[in-house]
Amino acid sequence: MGNAETLVQWEPNDIKEKLLRKYPPKVARKRARQIMINEALENTTPEIVANVRTIPGIITMRGCTYAGCKGVIMGPTSDIVNLVHGPVGCSFYAWLTRRNQTDAGIKGEDNFMPYAFTTDMQDSDIIFGGEQKLEAAIQEVYELFHPKGIAVFATCPVGLIGDDIHAVARKMKEKFGDCNVFAFSCEGYKGVSQSAGHHIANNQVFTHLVGTSETERSDRYKINLLGEYNIGGDGFEIDRILQKCGITNIATFSGNSSYEQFATANQADLSCVMCHRSINYVADMLETKYGIPWIKVNFIGAKSTAKSLRKIAQYFGEQELIDRVETVIAEEMAAVETAQLEVVPRTTGKTAMLFVGGSRAHHYQDLFAELEMKTISAGYEFAHRDDYEGRQVIPNLKVDADSRNIEEIQVEADPELYRPRKSAAELAALEEAGLKFKEYEGLNPQMEEGTLVIDDLNQYEAEKLVELMKPDLFCAGIKEKYSIQKTGVPMKQLHSYDSGGPYAGFKGAVNFYAEIDRLVNSKVWSYMKAPWQENPELSATYVWE
Amino acid sequence: MRKVAIYGKGGIGKSTTTQNTVAGLAEMGRKVMVVGCDPKADSTRLLLGGLAQKSVLDTLREEGEDVELDDIRKPSYGGSWSVESGGPEPGVGCAGRGIITSINMLESLGAYEESEGLDYAFYDVLGDVVCGGFAMPIRDGKAEEIYIVCSGEMMAMYAANNICKGIMKYAQSGAVRLGGLICNSRNVDNEKEMIEELARKLGTQMIYFVPRDNDVQRAEINRKTVIEWNGECDQANEYRGLAKAIDDNDMFVIPEPLEIEELEQLLLDFGLLEA
Repeated sequence: MGNAETLVQWEPNDIKEKLLRKYPPKVARKRARQIMINEALENTTPEIVANVRTIPGIITMRGCTYAGCKGVIMGPTSDIVNLVHGPVGCSFYAWLTRRNQTDAGIKGEDNFMPYAFTTDMQDSDIIFGGEQKLEAAIQEVYELFHPKGIAVFATCPVGLIGDDIHAVARKMKEKFGDCNVFAFSCEGYKGVSQSAGHHIANNQVFTHLVGTSETERSDRYKINLLGEYNIGGDGFEIDRILQKCGITNIATFSGNSSYEQFATANQADLSCVMCHRSINYVADMLETKYGIPWIKVNFIGAKSTAKSLRKIAQYFGEQELIDRVETVIAEEMAAVETAQLEVVPRTTGKTAMLFVGGSRAHHYQDLFAELEMKTISAGYEFAHRDDYEGRQVIPNLKVDADSRNIEEIQVEADPELYRPRKSAAELAALEEAGLKFKEYEGLNPQMEEGTLVIDDLNQYEAEKLVELMKPDLFCAGIKEKYSIQKTGVPMKQLHSYDSGGPYAGFKGAVNFYAEIDRLVNSKVWSYMKAPWQENPELSATYVWE
Repeated sequence: MRKVAIYGKGGIGKSTTTQNTVAGLAEMGRKVMVVGCDPKADSTRLLLGGLAQKSVLDTLREEGEDVELDDIRKPSYGGSWSVESGGPEPGVGCAGRGIITSINMLESLGAYEESEGLDYAFYDVLGDVVCGGFAMPIRDGKAEEIYIVCSGEMMAMYAANNICKGIMKYAQSGAVRLGGLICNSRNVDNEKEMIEELARKLGTQMIYFVPRDNDVQRAEINRKTVIEWNGECDQANEYRGLAKAIDDNDMFVIPEPLEIEELEQLLLDFGLLEA
């Protein structure tokens, strides 16, 4: 727990007290449990409350369930038509806003990313029910594009009036015969955060897509990359590195993904989990149903990338691959180190805050460490306790009404497709040699003692935190960007990367170094005050003073 | 123009009472428009002589935005106008949203304009105010007087009390007031006294006691209001009496709903439970 060395110039208890001071007592009590001071305790991780409903009135950074399902998980797939059943805005504003990229054009396959599909519900569809309109929309999509799959998403009004989108999907799938139609009950209000939407999306992908293709993948060193969404081209860089190493990524969930990738994912020999929060349960299901073990990887940060590649090579255990991975790392690290040397003198000792995602607030600390910057406060928007404290807390997680609201699918070994990739003895030997399966230690252990870990940070606390701790850089999403910049602190979006990226892998690290150098060393922030605010040309007093 | 809404427990006889009363008002020379706010669209059958008419929402769906007042408003008994809001079939869509849309449509088409010369607009609302949509007639000053149809049965009184809670909520922010309870008799013991007492406790009046009479059913079978079917019978005179009571009414209050214990005590006091 934490390093012995402490970087604190401020007293964390004092900061916490000041963050809570403005709240009514009941709200303060609740928020206090989500604000954790990272303290070294005897072999235990301090507990943090996460994945609970935001208190009404608080301007949260979170997104809705629909955003998690349609925007995050299904949004990046290129050849499945994403049809939103709801008012037009729900579709339009969830369309391409995450900067998830795709190269479907190059592959010469279907690419529906440039389209926003919606049933455009009107008043009369709400009154009389929208099922017929949905049916007509699915029919129209089929006739126009003949896609392999059509995914239907429920928005809030659909849940309120009770349209049975699953029945419509089943009917149309049966009618077409050659087009997989499936639906997601991902009404925006459904969960605590977008995390519920990820779960709903992944469950349906697993149920309706995975293992449905007859095509045999005969490549060597086949892996699935789970929880990588190709923001700003991250996935392209990771794929470049994997290819160079001779590793075949047969399915990315779901950056730059395709129908066929999902459908053949059951043939991989290893699942590599990037974003633990959004997809760890899929990794578990892939193992239970098909016998594919999983490891946690992180391609954010050059050192983390190298470490992840070595883990994959160790799993396959063949010298040829191990050697090739080492060669690639050596080759790639040369450029990384040059860039690092150039930038580090200007970034050393700078401080950063990260409030983003369910994994990014953790992963990006590796990149900041490479820049010798300190992360003084961090937290997730939509993570659960295991993402903070590590997977060992999972058996103790309370199942509340909000979790019960999300379908939990039960899988068992597939009678035909289950094939253990490694024997129990082989897995034990690998564990013995240091390769941990199904393990994620969470964010807290990596952070220094006395730092603040805050779940579901909000507008008020973000501004207060910046005011009190004065970081050199603040990382979050678009909603926070301008309010933070107004306080005179540079702000980097780690959801959509502003207009930058990729930041994953080796080339991504180089990009990130340059970007962060540019941000934290810019002089522009010192000009926040107008000249007349600093040195008034005239001064006067009122006569009555 | 007086804007009247009729509420009450499902099956208590709201539509029957409304239409018979409107017939009485029409006979007195009043110009009345009845707006049925039930998705079943059966609130104006007697006034229209059994004619099924196309509802506002059906018309909207078929004609799009290009709707005229005459497409949705039909002339009915004694010079009155009948409108059915309509709605989805059971189990789909959102009937409450339908009521909101249809009342807004009537307004924007000018059905309530002074030039229409209406003395009364009557809203006949579905039994249980299940969501915000069904409260539409008492919001935003759409209806200003409410009459609750009830009987001496426990659940009818319970529903009446509940509706008073809704009226109280909207009365504080608007002009809506309770005009009284209409007792549509079920021949319960001490019924008249009990409803009079309930009305008193709610701070209102029992505006009329409508006795039970099979002539009402006979008229209904003939798709007519009692006054139209047989203007000479006793029941026709009762409805004339109710129409006059409403026409003369000047007691409009913000009701004070009862606690459930109080309501049960009322039933005990009037001996219903002894039988």
